[in-house]
Amino acid sequence: MAQVTFLEAVRQALFEEMERDPTVILLGEDVGVYGGAFKVSAGLLERFGWERVIDTPISETAIIGAAVGMSYAGLRPIAEMQFIDFIACCFNQLTNFVAKSHYRWGAPVPIVVRGPSGGGVHGGPFHSANPEMHFVHTPGLKVVYPSTAFDAKGLLKAAIRDNNPVLFFEHKFLYRRIKEEIPSEDYTVPIGKAAIRREGRDLTIISYAAMAHTSLEAAEKLAKDGIEAEVLDLRTLFPLDRETILASVRKTNKLLVVHEDTRTGGIAGEIAAIVCEEAFEELDGPILRVTSLDTPVPYAPPLEERFLPNVGKVVAAAQELARY
Amino acid sequence: MPVDVIMPQMGESIFEGTITKWLKKPGEHVERDEPLFEISTDKVDAEIPAPSGGILKEIKVGEGQTVPIQTVVGVIDADGQSTAAVSSKAEAPAPAEARMDIDRAMPPALTDLQSPKPPAPPTRANGDKIRSSPLVRRLAREHGIDLRQVQGSGAGGRVSKKDILAAIAGGGLERSVAAPPEAEGPAVTPAATPPPVGVSGGQVRVVLENAVPRERMYFGRYEVQPMSVMRQRIAEHMLASKRVSPHVYSLDEVDMTRIVELRQNTKSEFEKRHELKLTFMPFFIRACIEGIRGFPVMNSSVDGTNVILHREINIGVAVALDWGLIVPVIKNAEEKNFLGLQRAVTDLAERARTKKLKPEEVQEGTFSITNPGIFGGLMGLPVISQPNVAILGLGMIQKRPVVINDAIAIRSMVYLTLSYDHRVVDGAIAHQFMRKVKGALENWNESII
Repeated sequence: MAQVTFLEAVRQALFEEMERDPTVILLGEDVGVYGGAFKVSAGLLERFGWERVIDTPISETAIIGAAVGMSYAGLRPIAEMQFIDFIACCFNQLTNFVAKSHYRWGAPVPIVVRGPSGGGVHGGPFHSANPEMHFVHTPGLKVVYPSTAFDAKGLLKAAIRDNNPVLFFEHKFLYRRIKEEIPSEDYTVPIGKAAIRREGRDLTIISYAAMAHTSLEAAEKLAKDGIEAEVLDLRTLFPLDRETILASVRKTNKLLVVHEDTRTGGIAGEIAAIVCEEAFEELDGPILRVTSLDTPVPYAPPLEERFLPNVGKVVAAAQELARY
Repeated sequence: MPVDVIMPQMGESIFEGTITKWLKKPGEHVERDEPLFEISTDKVDAEIPAPSGGILKEIKVGEGQTVPIQTVVGVIDADGQSTAAVSSKAEAPAPAEARMDIDRAMPPALTDLQSPKPPAPPTRANGDKIRSSPLVRRLAREHGIDLRQVQGSGAGGRVSKKDILAAIAGGGLERSVAAPPEAEGPAVTPAATPPPVGVSGGQVRVVLENAVPRERMYFGRYEVQPMSVMRQRIAEHMLASKRVSPHVYSLDEVDMTRIVELRQNTKSEFEKRHELKLTFMPFFIRACIEGIRGFPVMNSSVDGTNVILHREINIGVAVALDWGLIVPVIKNAEEKNFLGLQRAVTDLAERARTKKLKPEEVQEGTFSITNPGIFGGLMGLPVISQPNVAILGLGMIQKRPVVINDAIAIRSMVYLTLSYDHRVVDGAIAHQFMRKVKGALENWNESII
């Protein structure tokens, strides 16, 4: 077991899967010679050659189009968006074609679309997006958003081996900040299973990606006040792990959802609806949300600070809920 | 575990119900959703299904007793299921789930004089609303705890999960004062629940009293029959209507020959095309709508010194039943064409006779029509169905000799009677209204196919 960063865990997953399966292909902007804008694919070109690690023109639609064609021809391509914000260029292809191909024509599209996402790094409005809900709302796509190095590696491997199209979001704030020991042997993490990161009895905090860490930090602070928060990391946004969510709410009877995505139409609303439908009579308080504001991600650091959720905001909401 | 059986709320503005019959005896087994007891309320009679399967352990409210809604009337010892499984079954049967047998339902009751209000939320002795949560209310229901007895430690005095768990653990607290000591499970007694009736000012309370001392009634050979709940409500309603509304009556006669012929000629095709009997009622409804359009005050209610002019024309049509009388309402009759009116009349009457009306279908009438003619009555002088201000009575349509242009002709004639509330409708208006109705009928020119 060695200490690796989140970024290194992603790189290992790519490397090992390409080793394991010669049909796995990586394509994207600067993924070859440069090794990726964040160095996620460093060393892959040298190992697997230009036919399997393809530097593309700056055209996201071309990348997805090529990936779909390759998948029809029996390959398992991994398409990288240099920043996940640009996935919006491929919205039509992903929602109208990739998501429906298997459903309509019986033609599976086993591709992975991955890329760095999220804010908190002063990337501004075009390099900080959390576009997951566009695709969570599109039946036919799986959406994965890990928070740990272990999960990043295990879930990316599972995504590559999955016969369905999977969108894989890598929070760039975590790339080099997370460092943990992960097994050297092959493993996968199942798509569609949430993880309880911390047990608690007083309220449940549901989160994912970078905000899972924020929520854990908040939970430690709350514990000093005698409030024991349970922290649930979704890991996969679609399909959503309803069982684990409901089991936790049935245990603590109070729910706070924290996400970095903006508030309106965020997954907190969907989770709140599920809990109201399935476990209304288990609720001992209102379902609260801590989310980003309904604006584009601001460039200026003080504005971004105000825009994003943080430990203080999560603690305040949790205290209010605990007092309720 | 014990599951409370409660008196359900069978509709807005219904705050209490009378248990007319228990269909199971204590100790008997009951399936979930199996009819457990029968109730009679202001508006409907219904069989109430068991909220859970198990043994009926205890009957807390006996037959004939009237209690506020949400009162625990019995306890079922649920079959050995997990708590979670039982909890979902412990819910009160919602009105929609309960099988509606409008058995002896009745004309719009007195409570309609007040605006329908949802029952007030439970309050503490000092009038403060009890704040809790869905979880707390479920636990309270499952454990028979009266939330008014539980001190709230949450924000704003809210009863929280912690508080209710402490109350359950503490026991004793929830056994309210009036609970019979031998009762095994904790219980909320009817007495502990305030009747959530919000009586607005000015409503007439009617007591059925005797006109002569009772001693002068019981003589010779006789049999005493208690009134059904429906009969009592009709009695109260009629009494209140006569007491509140000074009734005046106007009579007119209408030459129905044209309509009788139209109906005769169209009947079979109408029935074939629409699989619906063609009756006279839609003609009268349409004529009344014409009259109301000319004189909107006929379509009003009176609240103290305010006259409420209803924008919708909702026509109540009295349906005689073997067991009483009911007035189902055709909502927005002014928006329906002839076929739609006939369909509504047939449907409501049919469902009235098969006890399938919903409570809201006997409410919110704005004008009513009654038809003593079908029983051979030449004419009748009806009592106003409150909160309307007028009711039209239809006599029997019969051929009579009529003088037309100094010649005697045989025409199909009908007597119409209008009873109206002289507080707001004067004779001049009433007679003009009747002329309008008469004109619409005699000069009928609308296609009905």
